[in-house]
Amino acid sequence: MTLRNLSGFKIAVALCCVLALTACSKKNTPNLEAANSGLGAGASSPGSEADFATNVGDRIYFVVDQADLTPEGEEILSKQAAWLQQYPGVSIQMEGHSDERGTREYNIALSARRATAAREFLIAQGVEANRISSIAYGKERPAALCDADQCWTQNRRAVTVITGGARTS
Amino acid sequence: MPNFARLATMRNFLVMLSFLVLALVPRTSFALEVDVSGGRINPLPIAITPFLVGGGAEEAGATLGDVISNNLGRSGYFEPLPQNSFIEQITDFNQEPRFADWRQIQAKALVTGQVYVEGGKIRVEFKLFDVNSQQQIAAQQFSTSPKNLRRIGHLTSDVIYKALTGIDGYFDTQIVFVDESGSKDRRVKKLAVMDQDGFNVRTLTDGSELVVTPRFSPNSQEITYMSIGQGTPRVYLFNIVTRQKEIVGEFANMSFAPRYSPDGQRVIMSLLTTDGRNSNIYEMDLRSRQLRQLTNTPAINTGPSYAPDGSQITFESDRGGSQQIYVMGVDGSGQNRISFGNGRYSTPVWSPDGQHIAFTKQAGGRFAIGVMKPDGSGERILTEGYHNEGPTWAPNGRVIMFFRDTPGENGGPQLYSVDITGYNEQQVPTPGFGSDPAWSPRLN
Repeated sequence: MTLRNLSGFKIAVALCCVLALTACSKKNTPNLEAANSGLGAGASSPGSEADFATNVGDRIYFVVDQADLTPEGEEILSKQAAWLQQYPGVSIQMEGHSDERGTREYNIALSARRATAAREFLIAQGVEANRISSIAYGKERPAALCDADQCWTQNRRAVTVITGGARTS
Repeated sequence: MPNFARLATMRNFLVMLSFLVLALVPRTSFALEVDVSGGRINPLPIAITPFLVGGGAEEAGATLGDVISNNLGRSGYFEPLPQNSFIEQITDFNQEPRFADWRQIQAKALVTGQVYVEGGKIRVEFKLFDVNSQQQIAAQQFSTSPKNLRRIGHLTSDVIYKALTGIDGYFDTQIVFVDESGSKDRRVKKLAVMDQDGFNVRTLTDGSELVVTPRFSPNSQEITYMSIGQGTPRVYLFNIVTRQKEIVGEFANMSFAPRYSPDGQRVIMSLLTTDGRNSNIYEMDLRSRQLRQLTNTPAINTGPSYAPDGSQITFESDRGGSQQIYVMGVDGSGQNRISFGNGRYSTPVWSPDGQHIAFTKQAGGRFAIGVMKPDGSGERILTEGYHNEGPTWAPNGRVIMFFRDTPGENGGPQLYSVDITGYNEQQVPTPGFGSDPAWSPRLN
């Protein structure tokens, strides 16, 4: 398995990622499919989207109704910042999302707060602001589809989507 | 129009007493009455006879009867009697009905009509009778293009409803909503418009952008909504006739939760603050494009809705720690919280008669639709469950439509309506999943 190529810590992160993918959702978002195909095809090439999603982690999670970063979230964002500084040509969009247990307009505003919190953390870590756009999706694009809190926790998230500059293979 | 006495003060009195709906009884003493006092609706038995047809209008006659029966039955105030129970078969529109035959089957009201094609146009006439007093209460004629046939049915329904309840009808209206298809994590959302009974659905956008919260302009020709597309999510206007889309403002940050002012000259909405953390409410004049800020708190201020007289605005804010409903002057003055019950309150919408504010309430992990008075008193929950959200008012203030979501991977939203008493909940048919309904004003 390709995970053997990675350091122990990275294996843990990658496993987390895979678990999150299979726990509730049979359908993956497009960027997660990219991560999967990267895994299946062999080692993710450094600087690629698959490298980012697999070895860094493309998403962080939030507590119900909160936009404050958790310690785990800050850890992943720190690794994202380091990766983005290693690949300065990469531009990203920070997607804010909420779970479905709220009203539409409020969730749009709440998910904007989450995207902002994640984006500002990356900027504070030295990533240039003009490399990071952000967008709020509210509850419109859930990642996990069950009707239990184990899915809702995966939907309260900020996802870092690479929009340009990544290596293709 | 038939010559109903315009007993405005009496009608207001009835609305204040709430839910006692009487027939308008101008001068004569009809005993007809649709009584929903005590909340419980006691529907009025009504016989809608097959419209007499001539000149190739057979199909039109059947359609009219179906439209009217469906409208009146769904309102909850009427019980259309089955045609196979009728004793008298009406054969001459101009001959007086045999009232004894209609009394015998317990009909309180009787509708007769005829329809025929004349010079390429369709001509519809109908009469409404009080069976017990043997009086004609209303009569009307319409002449129109055959493609407007269902609309004639709605207009006829409105006349009957008003004649028997004293309240303006709401059948000649449309609903704008979001048509949803595809899997839950990649839902395709399209703007769609339909008649209030679910017929005549037309999709207006191609689904390439996520569209949410569409709202009609007062003349029902335009829709304001939010689109989440490639760039910054923003508020747009959409002209239903020309299908032209127009951005409301090139703001640096996201704009959302739009709604028209009662005069149609302004749009009120939320804008994300420049620091990306909060949302405040702004009003934009559509002619001058002048923007005016109405709230300024470090919170999520959203879901604004004007009072029908344009003097006040209700909105939701989490400035106090959780979503609650507030009311302020149209200039942003005097922002006062009005919801104090146990739970979170959101999506406030002012009723067209100014008497109520409808809302979504979250408590104990469940979502309810309710109403309260604009001062926050008199809260009543109309329906409650796993997820009910986003109320909108029929133009007569008697019916609320909303969407209900169901859990799980295959779950999805459907439209429902409920009487302001909380009775008579009905699913509103849509082609697929449907969400974010908004009722148009009366079209006529």
